[in-house]
Parts: sequence; C-alpha cells; structure tokens
Amino acid sequence: MKILVTVKEVAEVDDEFEIDGLDIAERSLEYDLNEWDDYAVEEAVQISEAHDDVEVVTVTIGPERAEETVRMALAKGADRAIRVWDDAIENAQYLDVDAKADLIAAVAKEEDPDLVLSGVQAGDDANGATGVAVAERLGFEWAAVVNDLDLDAEGGIASVRRELEGGIEELTDVELPAVLTIQTGINEPRYASLRGIRQAQRKPLDVNTLEDLDLQESAVGSVIERTSMYEPESESDAVVWEGSAEETAGELAAFLREKGVVEG
Amino acid sequence: MTVLAVAEHRRGDLRDVSFELITAGRELADEHGTGLAVAVIGGDVDGFADELNREGVDTIYTIAEGEEFNHGVYAQAIEQLYAELDPTALLMPNSVNGLDYAPAVAGSLDAPFVTDVIALEGGDVVGVTREQYGGKVETTYDLDAEQYALTIRPAEWPAAESTGEAAIEPFEVDIDEDAIGATVNGFEEAGGGDVDITEADVLVSVGRGIGEEENIPLVEALAETLDATLSSSRPIVDNGWLPQNRQVGQSGKVVTPDVYIAIGISGAVQHVAGMKGADTIVAINTDPNAPIYDIADYGIVDDLFDVVPALIEEFGGEAPDL
Repeated sequence: MKILVTVKEVAEVDDEFEIDGLDIAERSLEYDLNEWDDYAVEEAVQISEAHDDVEVVTVTIGPERAEETVRMALAKGADRAIRVWDDAIENAQYLDVDAKADLIAAVAKEEDPDLVLSGVQAGDDANGATGVAVAERLGFEWAAVVNDLDLDAEGGIASVRRELEGGIEELTDVELPAVLTIQTGINEPRYASLRGIRQAQRKPLDVNTLEDLDLQESAVGSVIERTSMYEPESESDAVVWEGSAEETAGELAAFLREKGVVEG
Repeated sequence: MTVLAVAEHRRGDLRDVSFELITAGRELADEHGTGLAVAVIGGDVDGFADELNREGVDTIYTIAEGEEFNHGVYAQAIEQLYAELDPTALLMPNSVNGLDYAPAVAGSLDAPFVTDVIALEGGDVVGVTREQYGGKVETTYDLDAEQYALTIRPAEWPAAESTGEAAIEPFEVDIDEDAIGATVNGFEEAGGGDVDITEADVLVSVGRGIGEEENIPLVEALAETLDATLSSSRPIVDNGWLPQNRQVGQSGKVVTPDVYIAIGISGAVQHVAGMKGADTIVAINTDPNAPIYDIADYGIVDDLFDVVPALIEEFGGEAPDL
C-alpha cells in the first residue's frame, strides 16, 4: 500500500519580533517541521514497519528552503518526497485552503495513495482544514483529529478515535482510501538517526510545478486577501510582582496565605 | 438572501457554540441586511429547535437525520439546504466536529472559506479577523465574494439569550447512504484514573516551559508543599510526562479552582478554554508577552527554575535536586 503524508515547514516566531508589512519580519522567524506533521510522519513510518510493502511518500508545498524539513521526514523513515513550487505559487498573494487543497489533491491523484495522513493543523496558519478539503477533492473518505489509528489494510478499514472536546473520544470506522488528520500525542515521534540522516540525502525528492500537475495559475488565485497584521493589544491587567526570585516567591506566598488556600 | 448558521450538538445536548453562532450570525445578517436561518441536523431536532429559538433567529430548519454527528450526513444535508436557501454566508463552528465537515462542504460548494474567525464584518467586501503564529499576531482579510463559508471560534461571541419568535420548519433531505463511508460506533471518556482535577481548590499546573521530564518532580514538590493538585497543559500529556486525566483545556478538563498557578504555560487558546473560570490565576513565565498574562490576575516574569524552588522553601518544603 501507499501512504501519502502532507508535511509543512512552519515559521516559528521569536518572543521579540517585528512585523514587516503583512507578515512577520523574516529575521524574527525560524523554520521547523510542523509539530502535527511530525506525528503524521511517525504514524506512517510505524505502519510501514508493521506491514510489508508499504511506501511512504511526503508531499509539501514550499520553497527550496523547505527541503531541509522534507529531508528530516525522509531521515525519519519516509521513502521519497515531492515538493510543489514554482514562480506562480511564490507570487500568489495568499495561498488559501482551497489552493493548498487543490495542489495536494493534484499530487495525490498522480500518486494514488490508499491513505493520506495530514497534521490536524499547521502551527503558523492554523487553518485546520486542508486535510478534509483534500479528501473532498479526491472523493476519499476522511476523519479529522485522530488520536488513535488501527489499520486493517486487507479489509480496507481504518478504525480511529477522534478526539472531541472535553476528553470525549469518538470511535469511528473509516473506509479506505481515506484522509486522516493526525493529532499530537497519537505516538512518540522518533528522532532521526545519523544513519537515517545520511540515507535521506540519497532519497528521491522531486519538485513539481503547476504545469507538472496540469494546473493553471488560477489554481493559486484567491478572492481572500490579507489586509493587515498587527500585535493584539494586551488585555492584561495582571499585577506583576517584581524583584528577585526570592522576593517574587515571597509575594506569591503572602498572597496564598492571605487567600487562605495554604497554611504555614 | 439569508445567513445560514449550523448548530452543533453532542450526546443529546446542544453545545454552547450553537448560541454563539446565533449572535455572530445575527450581527452579520444585520450588516448584510438579510435574515438569519439556523439549521439543526440529527438527534432530538424538535427539542433542539425550541432551545435554538432565541432572539434574532428568523427561521430554524430541522433536519431529522440520524442521532449523532456523522460528517457524511451533515455534508449532504447542508449542501441540499444551501441549494434551497442560496445563502450569502454559511457559518459553522470551529470545533472538532465543525472541522470534520466544514472544509468538505465549502469545497463542494466552491465557496471561499476561512476558519477560526474571531471577528467579522459584513458588507460588499467581508472583513474577517483571525489569529496567526500561535496567537502572537492577528491578521485581517477581505473576502471579495457574494457567497462564502466561515467557521467561527467558540467563546468569542456571547451566547444569544432571550427567547425569540423564529419559524420552525422541517426540511426534508435525501441522503445517499452509499456515499457515506464513515461509521460512528460510539464514544468513550478518555483518561479516567485516580485524580479528578476538576474537584481541586488549588491547581499547580505545568506547561512546556518545564523543558524535560526529569524536571517534573519540581512541580510535584510544589503541589505537595501547597497541598494542591498537579495538572498540566497539553504538551506535557502528549509527551507522556503526566497522565491524560491531568490535562486542562479544550480537549482535556475544564477546571474552576480557587487558585490556578500556571507554570511555564504560554496560554494558548485551547488551554485557556479549560481554566479561564478559575477564581484567581497566577502565571509564572519568562515571556512577558505570553497570552497567559492576558487572563492572569498576578504574574511573575521570571525563570520558573528560580521561582518555584524559592516558593517551596517559603513554605518550609524542600526543592528536589534536578
């Protein structure tokens, strides 16, 4: 069987940062593999280790810089990678859910996977929608926010737990082919081994353009336009205790005694 | 034209976000100069319709299909109602179940789609606000479209309260069962166990700032010294450092202690949803801009590895060697 895993290089913002126009200034950003996708990659690699003949392919939308993140997924055990990018995508004013889903679905149509695993959301944009949108484009079944997966590959069923709010889990059987969006905590993502990192350098990483995917430039157009970015005004009216750790701890201790919650 | 909002229920009860959708939907309908329709799908739709009959709702469409949420049924039902009403805006909850059908519905309807909206203004061009980069910034977007779909963040709009005068209309849909390939078999309560953090008067709660599993004994020692209960934010449970019954937040427990001491917790919206009802919130975090300070009553902007041992010693306890 074949598993396609969507991975995204996400931007993480320093504690102190500056906004430059409609985005965070490049100097305030660091890039890393999206946390949710790390769990999705691990889940796919675990399935490939438990079953014979499973190929794990990653797909990412991103510039050349993102290859570092993609190689990380390869080092953890994915077999090969596809990166979607070209000038039209680079110049798109805003890559909305619809555009991302169209790009990933186009790759999925070429690859014809049995299972697509996608992180629940990306740490930067946090749309939380791309995986299910991809399923709709492909005519696949799906399940969002999965924190347990038991795959019956021969029977073509994924038995999942969906993590609902308030500590409730929904137990659902999903027919394959399907897209599952993977929640953090479903497994323990491994660290890449040195051997894995070396091997990753030799694994195939193909770049696909819109033309390669038979898509028009309009696929990355959007009627949604970002108009501003700003730091929300702090709503804080917290009393901040100042001083050394001993002094602030003393203030807190006095407060807890006064409140009567702690004796002594 | 109308604004159409989709209610959410689970295991026999409407969820709060349904009434928040009415408030957001009414505001938007006024800005667009349209009516507000609410759809409720599955379960006790007549009982739900009575509850959803709040001020500002013009029509409630009841769709009696199934008991619990199934995304295939929801998607088909909403698409058929959408075809009938041709609404300007489709509003859905940004909940776990909302995100299990909204992206598919928006895709199928080819409607421009934005999720997790925290503010909204209707008009010829629709303005939406959302958060980015873990809440560090807000971004605004213009939607230049005559029809669009949004999911709205729970607890951002107040719930609609007073009783209304909505027309309640059953809406018949034709569900293609063969197209539904996901079967819900039941529900389970995750992570029982020995401790009920919802009962605690004082919670010492630990987050990502603790850094390593080896450092957990430090906050355990503080909880013991204060005779408090230890809880945590999500990453600590994801890492397996504490069991799931200790998790505070949207996917964990909602707690309302007298005092909540947040240690190394940044205060992501999912966490805040579980603890904002605490009487007094104290935050210990090195980042003065961390969102936890927006809801904290008291704060110590300092290294928890200096403050927590000092606090333990204040009460005559002994901080563990890490």
